Amino acid sequence: MDDIRILQASGLDALIEELRSRGFRVVGPTLRGDAIVTGEIRAASDLPRGKGDSQDAKTYRVRSRGDDAYFGFAAPAQSSKPVFFPAEEVVWRGHRDHDDDGHFTVERDTPDGAPIALLGVRSCDLRAVQIHDRVLAGRSHVDAHYVGRRDGAFVVAVACSDPAASCFCASMGTGPRPATTDPETGASSYDLLLTEILGEDDHHFVMEIGTDAGREVADEIGASMGHPADRDDAVAVTDAAAARQTRAIDTTIVHDVLRASAESPRWEDVASRCLACTNCTLVCPTCFCTTVQDVSDLTGDSAERHRVWDSCFSESFSYIHGGPTRESTKARYRQWITHKLSSWEDQFGMLGCVGCGRCITWCPAGIDITEEAAALGRMSGLAAPAPAT
Amino acid sequence: MSIATEPHGVTEPHAHSHGHDDAASASSRPKLAVWKFASCDGCQLSLLNCEDELLSIAEAVHIAYFPEATRAVVEGPYELSLVEGSITTPDDVRRIHEIRAQSGVLATIGACATAGGIQALRNWADVDQYRSVVYAHPEYLKTLDTSTPIASHVDVDYELRGCPVDKKQLIEVLAAFLNGRKPRIPTYSVCVECKLKGNVCVPVATGQPCLGPVTQAGCGALCPSYGRGCYGCFGPQDSANTESLTRQLVELGMPSDDIVRVYRTFNAGAPAFAAASDAVEADAVEAAASRAAEQGGAS
Repeated sequence: MDDIRILQASGLDALIEELRSRGFRVVGPTLRGDAIVTGEIRAASDLPRGKGDSQDAKTYRVRSRGDDAYFGFAAPAQSSKPVFFPAEEVVWRGHRDHDDDGHFTVERDTPDGAPIALLGVRSCDLRAVQIHDRVLAGRSHVDAHYVGRRDGAFVVAVACSDPAASCFCASMGTGPRPATTDPETGASSYDLLLTEILGEDDHHFVMEIGTDAGREVADEIGASMGHPADRDDAVAVTDAAAARQTRAIDTTIVHDVLRASAESPRWEDVASRCLACTNCTLVCPTCFCTTVQDVSDLTGDSAERHRVWDSCFSESFSYIHGGPTRESTKARYRQWITHKLSSWEDQFGMLGCVGCGRCITWCPAGIDITEEAAALGRMSGLAAPAPAT
Repeated sequence: MSIATEPHGVTEPHAHSHGHDDAASASSRPKLAVWKFASCDGCQLSLLNCEDELLSIAEAVHIAYFPEATRAVVEGPYELSLVEGSITTPDDVRRIHEIRAQSGVLATIGACATAGGIQALRNWADVDQYRSVVYAHPEYLKTLDTSTPIASHVDVDYELRGCPVDKKQLIEVLAAFLNGRKPRIPTYSVCVECKLKGNVCVPVATGQPCLGPVTQAGCGALCPSYGRGCYGCFGPQDSANTESLTRQLVELGMPSDDIVRVYRTFNAGAPAFAAASDAVEADAVEAAASRAAEQGGAS
């Protein structure tokens, strides 16, 4: 849809209010304690205005930008993953009725609550949602809870202007400017795409329309008509952001590099650093593994089945009769990175990594997926050796 | 026979404080015993702190031996024994074997019972010296050179970590026991609980040292939820890489003495933490020796 609008920064409140009046719970970036996290947004004042972030291996700090940018940071501490795919949810509840001969009845739990509007979702995280659409909702057995939350969600993406040192979406082809459509389904990636333009005496958003619903909202809040030149401004912002990224994965070879690296000596090396703490998987916007936990009260009259995020870095993850199949940390790291960067493609037709850099930032040992992929590439002989320094 | 053998334990075989219980309901419920060894009683208090659930617990089990709560004693055997504290005396060794023999399921509760507790610091000390300094008549004292977990002496069915234990985990063990299922006691890291709760990683976002990556979950990530690093009171997780964590603690500016101390607190006797503290100490000694040698060479 070739429809470009201009939204003044002062119009953000009207946008949020319009979404709320349409019954959406608006979820977006907000400052909480030491980090920008994803939370409920009731007004523009909930957004982390004037805040940026510094991210690198095992370091995250919020910083003051010295300007009024609303979206002048890279990836929030957690992606929008928990919005549609919560860390823990009840699958069913059961109850024993003593008046009915002790009969046990089971009720399926269905997610309730208002439909979600994602505000300010980044290109990397938006791509991760599309990957989850494929993994959780695009196969013969769909995840009903995921679909229940995802269907009817409204997406206001915000193009990324300030990537962190941990970012590498440009190399993954997932950002910083989001694709107009989902490459798998052809559906619009977003209802609205905003690019923040911060000039000397001017602060506005270039608003690109993705869907009819997006156009309705734009009309309702009186976003003025823009020009093709405004899109050029927007593209210039993301082009500059892409050029500033310093980390990268060579996607032309990475699938085969991992295939060739099953017995690489690199795994011992990375396992000596890996804490097997699970942080990388739990901040990854695409990791979708869960476990099922049954709980009961003291009497056994009430029971619940919960689905909870799990991680291939925990020993219990691969536990079967007799013990875990991936006892060593090296086996677990190999499993994780091989799935992300290689077997995910065999399984789902796309890579499982969107380049958000969270696994690099939030690894307490500073393990860097781009560095590991590069080292494996060199050691497998599929990538050129590192230039002598 | 009674195995209530604490020095001041007054056994009252006929005292049955559950006056309103009829004998049939008392005998149909499984008997619960709560035992104490070298410990502060904090974990037993966690059971008493289950205020909302305490009546349900008392209805579901027959509290047969629990001196912290009641002087009434019902003789064994006991279907479920909860054991607090570590083994520090020859009498403890004898008593824990008697308790094991009288117990169906035996679960140990807390850092003392599962790792030797803070008192496991004696494992690095000269106990004879302590004894002579502290007591006027050390010859009256019978004590061991070490403080060891219950599982070093008898088979243990379940271990609940923590200083003190988490009351939700205690109730989980009771509920699982009563319903004939395995209790859910995760052995992964505290980081999992932080992420499930939506906590922001304390060491990454603030630079504070945190033992969370090497520590077993179970507390609900209590300290990191309040913006503080984890103190490791649940002991090592099943895949603890303390060597890597030690490097991170050094990088975050923690002096060697402090690193030794954080590994040697509530779970000093847990093998992974004991080895980590020994390694840091050995490195510090080596570094001091090489500094001394350098200075000696320079002068």
